[in-house]
Amino acid sequence: MQMPSPNSILHEQAGFLRRHVFNTDHKVIGRQYFFLSLAAVLVGAWLSLLMRIHLVWPKAAIPFLGEIKPENYLAQLTMHGTLMVFFVLSTVPQAGFGTFFLPLQLGASKMAFPRLTAAGFWTALVSFLVLIAAFFVPGGAAGAGWTQYPPLSALASAGPGEGLGTDLWLVSIGLFCLASLMSAVGFVATTVRYRAPGMTWMRMPLTCWAWFVTSILILLAFSILLVALAMLMMDRHAGTSFFVPGGLLVSGKAVEHSGGSALLWQHLFWFFGHPEVYIAILPAMGVTSHLLSVFARKPVFGYKAMVGATLAIGALGFMVWGHHMFASGMNPYAGFAFSSLTTAIAVPSAIKTFNWVATLYGGRICYATPLLFSAGFVSLFITGGLTGPLLAQPALDVYLHDTYFVVAHFHLIMAMASLFAIFSATYFWFPKMFGRMMNERLGRLHFWITLLGAYATFMPMHLLGIAGHPRRYSDLTGVQYVSAMAPLQRFITLAAIVTIAGQVIFLVNLFWSMRRGPGADANPWQCSTLEWTLPSPAPAEGFGGRQPLVHHGPYEYGLLGAVEKDFVMQDAPATWSDNGPSE
Amino acid sequence: MSAALRVTLLLVLIGCVYLFLAQPYWFPAGASAQSSLFDHQFWIALWVLGGMFVAGHLVLAFVLSKKPRAAAIASRGSWQLEVTWTLAIVAIFFWFNISGERLWSSMMLHQQQAGEIQIEVTGAQFQWYFRYPGPDGVFGRTDAQKFAKADEGNPLGLDPSDPAGRDDVVTTAMIVPVGHLVQMRLRAQDVVHSLYIPAMRFKQDTVPGMAILSHFTPTKTGVYEIACAELCGIGHYRMRAVVRVVSEEEFARWLKAQVKNTSE
Repeated sequence: MQMPSPNSILHEQAGFLRRHVFNTDHKVIGRQYFFLSLAAVLVGAWLSLLMRIHLVWPKAAIPFLGEIKPENYLAQLTMHGTLMVFFVLSTVPQAGFGTFFLPLQLGASKMAFPRLTAAGFWTALVSFLVLIAAFFVPGGAAGAGWTQYPPLSALASAGPGEGLGTDLWLVSIGLFCLASLMSAVGFVATTVRYRAPGMTWMRMPLTCWAWFVTSILILLAFSILLVALAMLMMDRHAGTSFFVPGGLLVSGKAVEHSGGSALLWQHLFWFFGHPEVYIAILPAMGVTSHLLSVFARKPVFGYKAMVGATLAIGALGFMVWGHHMFASGMNPYAGFAFSSLTTAIAVPSAIKTFNWVATLYGGRICYATPLLFSAGFVSLFITGGLTGPLLAQPALDVYLHDTYFVVAHFHLIMAMASLFAIFSATYFWFPKMFGRMMNERLGRLHFWITLLGAYATFMPMHLLGIAGHPRRYSDLTGVQYVSAMAPLQRFITLAAIVTIAGQVIFLVNLFWSMRRGPGADANPWQCSTLEWTLPSPAPAEGFGGRQPLVHHGPYEYGLLGAVEKDFVMQDAPATWSDNGPSE
Repeated sequence: MSAALRVTLLLVLIGCVYLFLAQPYWFPAGASAQSSLFDHQFWIALWVLGGMFVAGHLVLAFVLSKKPRAAAIASRGSWQLEVTWTLAIVAIFFWFNISGERLWSSMMLHQQQAGEIQIEVTGAQFQWYFRYPGPDGVFGRTDAQKFAKADEGNPLGLDPSDPAGRDDVVTTAMIVPVGHLVQMRLRAQDVVHSLYIPAMRFKQDTVPGMAILSHFTPTKTGVYEIACAELCGIGHYRMRAVVRVVSEEEFARWLKAQVKNTSE
């Protein structure tokens, strides 16, 4: 039993404001991000449920909302995409787990720029509230999709959600950009400057590598988005014409803009938007690499190849945005270039997949819930990833572009795969974050439902796309061949309902375990990285006055031939491992 | 738990393969010159990538199936293996990538043909318009802001002072003769739309401020649906039109009748 340190007593006695608002403890901020994402994912999932129900029972009256009209549907799909992409996939794997664990895994007791990190969270929270407020303004929330293509998003006359709802969307995402930049600056500085003595670059856990590279992507990508948002806002209110060409006639009225380019927005947006995909998936890949090693009791296979692949994905991620625009009217010769670069980025992703499988091979695998979700991640990553090279071919892509095939592709590779990594990270780090263990039995049940549900929901969508079903249709009756696909849409809705209902198990497990779960040891999973040298939950003062001295790589598992203690802590004395090449 | 995970992965595998073999919903029958090339390329994709999907899941199930060992295999990696699988994947992916570029060229790079049909396509919330230049072969000037009145039969804003526009024909269905290259100039009046004709394996965004050239060659007579594939507002889902592919004679007859109507 460890005595509480003077620091943590001080912490306990501090007032609510000091502990939760003017707090600069990265562990509190990490948890705050976690709960922000939880709120966002609940709203986002609720919206997807409403959309799925509306598609197959268009006349159904939803309690308190009534019948869903096309403008409601478009607002729901815009907000679903925005919440999930920004406030869930870009938030919890990076700003949530990253803020909490990056310093601890590096052996630091705080983030560099702790106030900036805190300000980042509060800005993100305001951004979230502004976004949600859009539901309650005249015209409702924005309806041009999370991609907000102008002129639809630039002209209030183009649709019901294109008025105040779109203004709020732009303000909200602008704030989110600022929040992400503030957070990412701290990540980069912490990784470069705050590594404990002996924590060389090649001894960093792959999670830290992923958070570091992701922060650089955030700095480069979100600053571009911020500029693009400001330009769109000026087109709407300051009389500029960046994105709106001349001669337009909207709802029978002449539009007084001239000289802009609608494609310019698409280039700027996707220059952000494609790195954004990797912002969402790189931390998930880092978590998966980390957990597969821990639960297979083996070193990560090809650690340096994994680091190299992470860097390659980060670099190539900025050169492939045009593959979102093969059908946009962009010069066809650009299609060749973007197609080849997109094919190139599939290579480091494939390298990672091979290394994950090789890490599992021959392992003494412990089938705990985090491992199950990590294995699920690999499966979903293979499935969703393999439609990538297909969509990278412009000739095939233009037919499938903006159909359900693409919806299936990015939901499997980006949404479901990331979500599985988020779940495995939650089950894995919960003891360090909250001091208790989550329930294994509920965890497994949650896994089976979610894995089968994810496949049952998104796999059939490929067929809808192949049959030519465009996405973002609020109604199936407008086009005859689309209405013929209603039976499969019904099946997908049922699968989605079951999958979403299954998430209640996770919520129950999460909140029950937070209060009632059995207390956790310092190192319940027998891990070698530095966060597990601290008691659970991680104390406010972190490592306190003690600075860890790192002597070993992060994945020294199963090397001693011993069963009882088959791993070497990163800060164990150097003589500990004579047979490992960790020095 | 290991067995359950393996069985589940195999069930998922079987389910996915079944879905793609049973094909309860699939491409509509192709009706253009590029559709058979496209379908061929898609089949290559399905076999290559589908094969990798099956292999990937079998290997994943295999590595998860190893019996518990006293100690894990001590391996930190192997550069030989890394280089081997990297080169293998580069070869497969780039072979596949390059094999698709010829199709892209044939679809996108400008083509010319004697007897090609000129059509200007305009997307507007939430209606497609198709314009034929008439006997003079020249499209008249348009100015939507000045002249467009959808309810007075001039949705595109044809300039009445331009003689080239007098014989232009504007319709809400695309009528084309079988076997002729259809040369399109795609425009949009308000927001971005996308002309999607699944049977022709054709899709092209129509972007305000741009006149995008694109083409296809219908090979079978019949009526094929057009859908809008780029979110354009609340009526996006019902922005439907049809392409009627007819015989050469029927097309000539139809065009003549239309021109007569227009000039009267």
